[in-house]
Amino acid sequence: MQPFAYERAQGIDEAIAAHGADSRFLAGGTNLLDLMKGGIELPVRLVDITRLPLAQIEDTADGGLRIGAMVRNSDCANDARVRSRYPLLTQAIVAGASPQLRNMASTGGNLLQRTRCNYFYDTAFAACNKRNPGSGCAALEGYNRNHAILGASDKCIATHPSDMCVALAALDATVVVRGSKGERRIPFTKFHRLPGDTPQRDTDLEPGELILAVELPRAPWTGSHYLKVRDRASYAFALVSVAAALDVADGTVRDARIVLGGVAHKPWRAAESERALVGRRLDEAAIQAAASACVHGARAHSHNAFKVALAQKSVARAIANATRSA
Amino acid sequence: MDETPPDPPSNARRRFLIGTGAITTSLAAVSHAEYFSQQPPAMQAYTTKVVFKLNGEPRELELDSRVTLLDALREKLGLMGTKKGCDRGQCGACTVLVNGRRVNSCLTLAATLDGDDVRTIEGLGKSGEPHPAQRAFVERDALQCGYCTPGQVMSCVALVEEVRAGAPSAVTADLRAPVSLTDDEIRERMSGNICRCGAYVNIVAAVRDVAEGKA
Repeated sequence: MQPFAYERAQGIDEAIAAHGADSRFLAGGTNLLDLMKGGIELPVRLVDITRLPLAQIEDTADGGLRIGAMVRNSDCANDARVRSRYPLLTQAIVAGASPQLRNMASTGGNLLQRTRCNYFYDTAFAACNKRNPGSGCAALEGYNRNHAILGASDKCIATHPSDMCVALAALDATVVVRGSKGERRIPFTKFHRLPGDTPQRDTDLEPGELILAVELPRAPWTGSHYLKVRDRASYAFALVSVAAALDVADGTVRDARIVLGGVAHKPWRAAESERALVGRRLDEAAIQAAASACVHGARAHSHNAFKVALAQKSVARAIANATRSA
Repeated sequence: MDETPPDPPSNARRRFLIGTGAITTSLAAVSHAEYFSQQPPAMQAYTTKVVFKLNGEPRELELDSRVTLLDALREKLGLMGTKKGCDRGQCGACTVLVNGRRVNSCLTLAATLDGDDVRTIEGLGKSGEPHPAQRAFVERDALQCGYCTPGQVMSCVALVEEVRAGAPSAVTADLRAPVSLTDDEIRERMSGNICRCGAYVNIVAAVRDVAEGKA
């Protein structure tokens, strides 16, 4: 690793003030340290935010939950309120990483995970627009089995690696951030960006802004399910994952969220699938219609065409499982 | 010792260090010998003082801020039990307990541990009096080369506590019911520890013995 100054933040505003050019906030470190060891992240200063008072899970006035940015992933998954009111979130968190990593990784850091694209990680490849803007995308003509089929650009076909974020998108979460200009609230589906011409930017976070919390509104869902499909049974990133949340009354779908992971540069909300469900009786035909619609606009590359059918079948299974959990 | 961290290196220095593009350009502009005779500017290291408890004993270290807990244990404190496998958080050989929770020490900066309680394999049992998890791994022959074993044992100790506390895993069917520690649960909960010898069958048996209080 390149040398860096290390500083333990004494308060939230002190942390924001200490963050300068080429600084990084250090939370769980599970992704940042890995990237620093690989020479991909090269901060000159780390501002350690692990001791800030951001590790609480609190009830909100509208019956939701506010999850502090420093709540560790395992603590969030284990929380009794999360398990009973947002089981989708617990399922998604425990589907990711290993127990050791979940003990370390934070809520805020999980949102800021960088892609696991091999060409981003391997600095031997010169072409990576995310690592080195303007250099090209080695994955386009390379081994792209794990890459995006939705929302990608000719500059970048990387996917977002998080499981937790897929569930948070389905649960209509809001990200609360604070910077030198004050606080703002970002709807979860607007937090992560599509690659477009600027794949080096993963999120709408401004430099120096600190994530304070993720807020969940009261959950109206009568059933939900997180389905993760991967090459091995545990401790692997998703090829495709689906967070399905349904509000069903008398057999009719009042509302639905279908969000996919492993297929795009951000958690991919399948709006067409949701439209195929809402207002309809939740029968096999409705499930199949929602499944077919989830890949609307998909574009596969040389090694990942299998993801199109896999996404459709995964959506069908996730909806069926969410129905059973209702 | 001055506690104020020195200013970060200048941008020019940083650009020299990171600019793969810049290096490619210089390769084209200068000869091979000229290129390799160029010395990078001296890099400035930053030190941080950290005080923490290690296996019950207070320790104080002054470290380069880059030093991980894993490297501090092995290279500064002489505790070689914690192993370096991948050094990237993928294999679990470096698993230790921080404040009773298992973590990958390779991805933990030592500087972050101020006031924390660190337990390693050396602090688990006493001489001639191994911890039940250590006994179970021996009795069940839950290893071959042994390199991953300290990490496996530390994970096993934490796993038992996690199950007691009711933590769910990816194979827990009912998130509201108490966890029943099936072999599938053990395999899932030990998945952060890789054994390249493939001693998994006996590792599962050893963990089961510890969880059931039979070790």
